[in-house]
Amino acid sequence: MTLDQMKPGNECRVVTVNMEGVAGQRLLDMGFMPGTAISVIRNAPLMDPIDIRVKGYMLALRRSEAKGVEVTPL
Amino acid sequence: MTGSPDDIIVALAGQPNSGKSTIFNALTGARQHVANYPGITVEKKTGTYRFDGRKTVVVDLPGTYSLTSYTQEERVSRDFLLHEKPAAVVDVVDASNLERNLYLVFQLAEMGIPMALALNMMDVAGQRGLRIDTELLSQQVGMPVVPTIGNRGKGIDDLREAIDRISKDGCGPQTSLRLDYGTAVEPVLGRLEKRLSENVILAARYPLRWLALKLMENDTEAQRLVREHAENKENILSSVARERELFQSEQEQTAEQAIAISRYQIAGEIVERCVKREKEEQRTLTDRIDEVVCNRVAGPIFLGGVLFLLYYLTMKIGGEHIAPWAWKYWAMLRDVIASVLPAEGLIRSLLLSGIVDGVFAIMNYLPIFLILFLLIAILEDSGYMARVAFIMDRALRAFGLHGQSTLPMILGGVVVGGCAIPGVMATRAMKDQKARMTTIMIVPLMNCMAKVPLYVLLVSIFFKEHQAIMLWFMSLITLGVALIVANVLSLTVLKRQESEPFILEMPPYHLPTITGVIRRAVERTWLFVKKVITIIVAVAIVVWVFITFPGLSEERNAYYDGEVNNATETFMKNIGEDNPYAKLLAGSGLKEFGGYWDDYKKQRMGAKSKDAKDALKEKFSREDLEFFKIVNKGKGLDGKKDKYAKKVYGAYKKLDKKLKRLDTARRKETVHVSFAGRFGRFLEPVSQWAGFDWKTNIALASSFAAKENLVATLGTIYSAGEESSGTTLATAMEEDTAETWTPVHALALMLFVALFPPCIATLIMVRVETGSTKWMLFAATYPIILGFIIAVIVFQGGQLLSLTAVQVMTFFSLFIFTILAATYFVGERSAVKKQLSG
Ligand SMILES: Nc1nc2c(ncn2[C@@H]2O[C@H](COP(=O)(O)OP(=O)(O)OP(=O)(O)O)[C@@H](O)[C@H]2O)c(=O)[nH]1
Ligand SMILES: [Mg+2]
Repeated sequence: MTLDQMKPGNECRVVTVNMEGVAGQRLLDMGFMPGTAISVIRNAPLMDPIDIRVKGYMLALRRSEAKGVEVTPL
Repeated sequence: MTGSPDDIIVALAGQPNSGKSTIFNALTGARQHVANYPGITVEKKTGTYRFDGRKTVVVDLPGTYSLTSYTQEERVSRDFLLHEKPAAVVDVVDASNLERNLYLVFQLAEMGIPMALALNMMDVAGQRGLRIDTELLSQQVGMPVVPTIGNRGKGIDDLREAIDRISKDGCGPQTSLRLDYGTAVEPVLGRLEKRLSENVILAARYPLRWLALKLMENDTEAQRLVREHAENKENILSSVARERELFQSEQEQTAEQAIAISRYQIAGEIVERCVKREKEEQRTLTDRIDEVVCNRVAGPIFLGGVLFLLYYLTMKIGGEHIAPWAWKYWAMLRDVIASVLPAEGLIRSLLLSGIVDGVFAIMNYLPIFLILFLLIAILEDSGYMARVAFIMDRALRAFGLHGQSTLPMILGGVVVGGCAIPGVMATRAMKDQKARMTTIMIVPLMNCMAKVPLYVLLVSIFFKEHQAIMLWFMSLITLGVALIVANVLSLTVLKRQESEPFILEMPPYHLPTITGVIRRAVERTWLFVKKVITIIVAVAIVVWVFITFPGLSEERNAYYDGEVNNATETFMKNIGEDNPYAKLLAGSGLKEFGGYWDDYKKQRMGAKSKDAKDALKEKFSREDLEFFKIVNKGKGLDGKKDKYAKKVYGAYKKLDKKLKRLDTARRKETVHVSFAGRFGRFLEPVSQWAGFDWKTNIALASSFAAKENLVATLGTIYSAGEESSGTTLATAMEEDTAETWTPVHALALMLFVALFPPCIATLIMVRVETGSTKWMLFAATYPIILGFIIAVIVFQGGQLLSLTAVQVMTFFSLFIFTILAATYFVGERSAVKKQLSG
């Protein structure tokens, strides 16, 4: 499954980043490595973007970007 | 001693929000000299300090997570390190986020410049229970590590010393910190490096291992360097492509993925060794605040509250309490200037009406601006702005904008009263180029403080009963139109602009530092003041020339002079030859009395209480007892009546009225025959479609230079007199337009002004921020066309159906919001399509 399908309050691990170009590179730079733990904190008021915690810091990303991150729920 | 061979340049690099600018300010201290590099969208600041007698120039680079060539910031930082070859680079590292920060450390180290780490935010790390063995870390990364707390100035001396040391050593850390990219990547790197080393120029200029890595990562800038400097470029580039393909098919991941993974892996190992976690990770204060502030229900309410408070504090406190208090001092200053200027003639009128009044009209807004900027700096420093972007993104994205468009739009004046210049400048923080361009194009449509006086003027004349509603209507309509325009632009002319993913770090909340807040607010205010004293002055002169020259013909001047003489003679006849005051008022005495009369009337108007009136009488009678008896309607201070003086009072009152009327007529005729008048009448055949007469045309043309001129020019044209004030302009306009203007005229004009092109200062800022003259011209022309069309629709529609302005306004807002809804769905559809295809 992909990160955008995760519900707030749940945790998962990155399997891989399926994205080319800027978005993919940025996700790599921000630490979306295979095995990295992610907890989904909340949705924005209009359900998009989502707020997550990764490697000890908070990150907001749009669902369209989250779609490119393949994860396994914990 | 500038430019001596001893001077060194030190670059400050690091990830966003790690505290670079704070360290920069701490290092350079009061001696900092802030310079903008023009032409580059992302600014670099430079400052200097002296250490051990050696001058050190510090360059504050933009924050980047990585050093690819995907984004402008990364390109700017990288190009600086690559081409300017600083003597040392200091990576400001967020100690509470070490792993991610090390990822950048490695990439900087590969560029082969002597390097040190400023391990910043040590206090935050401590609070989180992280203990970092800096000694061991320094060993691991092969460079000095200096713990710092930037906002408290801790560790800065040590940092200066470390910089001095590494810049003298002059050898980069690439030897001591050589990452091992593993068995899959290293052999490829080795082959590429060997190929590259065949090129003498490349080898001399760039670290080859770095270049090989970048080529492996498919970096376009690295490819450009090869194309530019390598003889066997085709050979190199094709072998890179082959190696990448081979790698991907064998490893089932791209080379850039493998490289990033190695970097993070090593970063993780180093953190493992050097950082001890003393307490379990807990819910921080930031988490608890976000629970409320980013909540689905409470978040938007809180945001609404913050915006309301922002508006309330600037407009109510700033506008209604502090500004009037400041106005008193501005008025005093103006009077002082007025008193030292030559008493009469063209020069006085140019200096006073043209320049001094132009500048002061805007200085009136200064306290409001300062408060607005202070509040916004507090919001920015606290970290709340990232949350605003988080909350607003979805709604704004539907119109081609971005969560980060919120701040520029607020600064521009969504809620009536802002300035497009700081608004356009604030787009600098936006990384998404497409949304950024769209934002730049629509920020000038917001209601800047210079448009507001015109609204207020027209509303107070034509919509006496509906003032507040009309102002609300204006801000709502402009927002609606701006969103439509944003959507249309982003789907058409801006379609091809580079768009960036929304991946935004939510920094932990900070208590804003007082110095930081004040520094930022003052910087922004200062920019505004600079605009006032440069552009407004130039424009004021031009406008003044255009409405003053070529001036009246001799014939007409003689006519007016004759009329003045006639009036004076009638006055003399009226008071009678036997009047003892006649001698006093003959010749230049009359003029002297005129000045006395005007002064008295003006000050009398300001004196409210009985005491104040008595004091005023006392003062004026001391100045001139005879004159006083006249202005006091024939009574002395003691109340004794003097029938001669009373007679003079009556006669002068008539004369004064007559003279003022003549003066007004002369001014009006001067404007009518002036260059500006000719231009205004030249446009009248077209502009009348929107209900604008030639006078309005002149005012509109002058406001293109700076919006503040609108009211000022109307003031000059409607000749409210040299000592004009708002009320008299309103009265003058009311009288002048009573027969010809309907509220629909006023509404059309207000809407046109709302959309009218940005002032020249804003256009210059648009040029700077977009880096393109073409876009500047676009920003200047599309609003004229759009505004004119809307003004014509409103005016003709209103006239045709003989609607009242309030009816027109209702219909028009319904119309706008229908279009808004329509464009919203078009925008959504195209976004969905893009997602499906991408
Ligand atoms: N607690 C704490 N806060 C700090 C420290 N250093 C800086 N800050 C705060 O961190 C915030 C960000 O600092 P900046 O200096 O603007 O960061 P920057 O790296 O220049 O950020 P960008 O220019 O956006 O890349 C500010 O609110 C600072 O006051 C520190 O050592 N401890
Ligand atoms: Mg900075």
